[in-house]
Formats: sequence, C-alpha cells, structure tokens
Amino acid sequence: MSRATAMIVMGVFTVYFLTPIWWLLVSSTKTLGNFNSTFSLWFTPSSLTDIVTNLGKLFTYDDGVFPRWMLNSIVYATLAGGLGTVLAAMCGYALAKYRFRGREAIFNVILGGVLVPATALALPLFLIFSQVHLTDTFWAVFLPSLVSPFGVYLSRIYAASSVPDEIIEAARIDGAGEVRTFFTMSVRLMSPALVTIFLFQFVSIWNNFFLPLIMLRDQTLFPVTLGLYTWNSQVSQIPDIRTLVIVGAFVSIIPLLVAFLSLQRFWRNGLGAGGLK
Amino acid sequence: MTAVSTPRVSPRPPRATAKPARFRRAIVIFVAPFGLLFSLFFVIPIVYAVYESLQVIHREGTFGAPTLVFGGLSQYVLVFQSGDFWAAILRVLLFGIVQVPIMLGLALLFALLLDSPLLKGKRFFRLAFFAPYAVPGVIAAIMWGYLYSPSLSPLKAITSQADLLSGGTVLWAIANVVTWVYAGYNMLIIYSALLSIPTEVYEAARLDGAGQVRIAWSIKIPLVMPAIVLTSVFSIIGTLQLLTEPQVFRQFTSSITSTFTPNLLVYSTSAVPNFNLAAAFSVVLAIATFVLSFTVLRFTRRATSA
Repeated sequence: MSRATAMIVMGVFTVYFLTPIWWLLVSSTKTLGNFNSTFSLWFTPSSLTDIVTNLGKLFTYDDGVFPRWMLNSIVYATLAGGLGTVLAAMCGYALAKYRFRGREAIFNVILGGVLVPATALALPLFLIFSQVHLTDTFWAVFLPSLVSPFGVYLSRIYAASSVPDEIIEAARIDGAGEVRTFFTMSVRLMSPALVTIFLFQFVSIWNNFFLPLIMLRDQTLFPVTLGLYTWNSQVSQIPDIRTLVIVGAFVSIIPLLVAFLSLQRFWRNGLGAGGLK
Repeated sequence: MTAVSTPRVSPRPPRATAKPARFRRAIVIFVAPFGLLFSLFFVIPIVYAVYESLQVIHREGTFGAPTLVFGGLSQYVLVFQSGDFWAAILRVLLFGIVQVPIMLGLALLFALLLDSPLLKGKRFFRLAFFAPYAVPGVIAAIMWGYLYSPSLSPLKAITSQADLLSGGTVLWAIANVVTWVYAGYNMLIIYSALLSIPTEVYEAARLDGAGQVRIAWSIKIPLVMPAIVLTSVFSIIGTLQLLTEPQVFRQFTSSITSTFTPNLLVYSTSAVPNFNLAAAFSVVLAIATFVLSFTVLRFTRRATSA
C-alpha cells in the first residue's frame, strides 16, 4: 500500500467521523428557521448572536432543568465512578496479592459478571428497588452504578504487575498494617491504572440510558442523556424545543470530549492491558 | 507505558500470599465492600429475575384479585412461542453478522495504518477517530436521526432519493450509528496491542524484504488476535443488547416497532406491565448472550492456538 492510498483512506474517514460533530456545532448556532433553510455545514451571518440566544434559552428553559441534568450526570458519573474505582481496586488488589480459600471462585464469578450486560440487569433492579420503595430516587441510579466487575478484573492484573511483593513485605517489617499499606503505597503504584478504571466507569455511567429510563420519573433526577431524550420526544408538539435539543446535545458532549482527548494516554494504557490478556 | 502495558498475573504464587490466615481481617476489609455491592446489584437481580420468570398471574374468575403463583416454566413456553421475540433475535443476529465484521475490519485497518510508517499526522487521526466515542449513544442517535431526516439533513442529496429510516434500511441506519461511535474505540484497543509488540519481532521480516502489507498480515494480525477477540466479544454483547439507538430512532420514524430488538421487547413487555414474561425474556437473552460470547472466546482460542 502506498503512502498516498493510506492518507486518502484516513482522510475520507476523518470526514466521516468528524462531520456529524461539526454539523452539531454549526447547527447549535442557528435559529429554528435557519436550521431548515440554510446550508447545514456552515454558519450564518447571525450565528454569533444566535448561539448566545440559544444558550440563554437552553440554560433557563423550564426553570433551568438542563443545567440540573448536567449536574446530575456529573454527580452520578464522578461520585459513583470514583467510589466504584476505589472498591474495585481494593477487591482486585486482594485477589492479586493474598492467597485465600475461594479466591479463584470469587474471581471467576466476578469475571462472569463482566459478560453480563448492564441492560439485562435494569429490569430486575427496577423490581427489587420497587420492593423497597427506592425507585425514582437518586439511589436507584447511583447504587447500581458503583459496581464494576471489569474494574476488579483490571485492578487484579495491574496490582499483580505494578505492586512488587517486596514492597509489601518491607512495609510489614516496618510494622505497617495491610490496609494502611494499600492506601499509602499500593494505591500510588497502581494510580495510572486507577485513572483508566475510573475513566471506563465514568463513561459507562455517563452513557447509561436504560437504567435511568426504567427507574426515574422525576425529571429533576434525570441524567442529561435521558433529559435530552425526553425533550426530543416533545419536538412534534413544541417545535421550538428542537433548537434546545441540538444546543443541549452539543453542550453535553463538550466535557466528555475535553476529558477524553486530554486523558487519551490513559485509555491507551488501559486498553492495551485488557487486550493482551 | 512500560509498567502497565504488559501486565501478567504472576505465574508463581507471590511470596506475600504465603500465610493465608494471617491477613484474614485485611482480606475481608478489601473484598467485602465490593462483594456486598456485587451481590446486591448483580447476583440478587439475576436470581430475582429467574424467580420472577417462574411465576404466573392467577385470577379467581374474571374479576378476582390477581395473585402470583408458581407457574413453573410456563413463561418460558410463552417466550419460545413468541414470534416477536425470535424475529427480534434474528434481526440483531443479522445486524451483528454484518455490522461487527465491518466495524472491526475498519478498526483493524485504521490501527494497522497508524502503526505503519505510511502515515503522517498520526496523533490527529487517532484523536479524530476516537472522538465519537465521547458522544453518548442517546446523543449520537439524536444527531444521526436529524442527519437522516429527509427535510433537515445536510445529506439531502442522499436522503431525498431514499428514505434511510424506512423499514428496509433502518436497521442499517442504526448499524451506521453504532459503527460511527465504536470504530475508533476498537481501533484504539487494537492499536495499543500493536504498540506493545517489540519492533525486533518484525525487524527480520523487513530485512528479508517483506512489505508492510505482508508484515501486517503474517506477523502483526496474528499477534494482536487476543485484542481482536476481546473487541469481538464486547461487540457481540453490545449487539444483542441493542436498545438505546432504536429507542431514540422511534422518535424519528414509525418503522421501528416496540419489539424491534430483544431489549425493546423486554421494555415494552414490562410496560404492559407483565414483569414475569419480561423477566423470562431477560433471562433467555442473558443466557443467549453468555453462550454466544463464551463460544466466540472458546472457538477463537482454539483457532489461534492451533
């Protein structure tokens, strides 16, 4: 294959991957009228003022429910992702560094959990939460999001490869307890891996749609994905809301896009580990 | 990425694990919190779904209060008699047979090109191709929904000729959205596997005059097979669980029924509400997913080791 062919292939697909995002950016600078009537891949003369108007509407519509959704998504993904990462790291570390009865059995059950898709759990989770009257609460989305079997799997691999037994032994000789050794030393050695695990979990919580769709009725608890989905379902009754859906969609992907591109090396590292096993 | 990229569970039991009883308290502290949550929100829901699926609603006469009684496998009989369920399963299987190889083929091609000396601006391509993964499924589907809509689309040249959201093509319209979101992600998985191959491995082949294509085909692809298998398994799971994109597309077209994919069927059955039948659908779907991903793992493991 020649250089030219390679560059052309990659060039064509760059257009494929970036055009929709570009279209979303351009469209969020348009009024409802211009959205239909002007060339959809370029700005209009009034784009600069229109996007300000659109953003103003987006953040104030329905008593500012959109910023509320963004905040909800951030809280669900950051808190559950953060806490979930610590719990997965502790478990994976123990599975890697201690030998105890049932270790392999526990690991295999958790590994089986990796193959169980989150969507398959949503309905039974709903039934259980409704037994204890916790549907339509913050906890209904937060608690199930804490569990990441894939995180345990990755932490076990990382702990085995990046925390030398000698260091644990040395800490023991110095009289440090096991738990303290983990939180003061092992965590630091595992930190690049922990960032990767956090990113995985953050994204899967941020993208989660089925669980909140099933669990939540109160729109002030919605994550931004479910919020925009309900807005989009109202477009035929309230045409004006289409502008909000478009601008909202654009605003909602900015944080993730920035986080992703700046933390890309952690993705590569983590994905490499998963792929080589 | 030296320490992290080539991890391996230590083959010999590490010294730190020598005395089992000594660290019991620490082990419990480490394992119990995750174990508890895993039991509550993974194991119990599965057990509960199976339990629900074994119940039927029983009424005394036409107006009697409904009570749940043990119904054995009667819900499963309904599942296997359900034409909608099998139509949905066949639909996602067809989707998977076409979409997964295309997406992974593209991902592999991109990864190999990124890893070859043929390209300039690798960092840019890597970022550009990975960017769609930052777009949640719901948002991607809303976006493409507008791009497909004949009256709104910048692709008017195409969408005015053929309605991409009609019954015959909507499945492939969804396939395109899934490919758009996940191709770059899979590319990155395969690319990181390629990066961890030491260059000496194909130094010899290069000296023998083997071209890039030959090196890719005979050396690189076999070596990154585990990564390809991993991406295949995750893609198959994703395909059988297809829900978000078709659910969003129902807002753009009437050609997606409430039983279009197995998970849509679960959702619409539970909205009836018929939780027992929905639970039975869920259980059968989960087992099918499990069996299929396991088969792929087993089959490819044998193929690569042979």
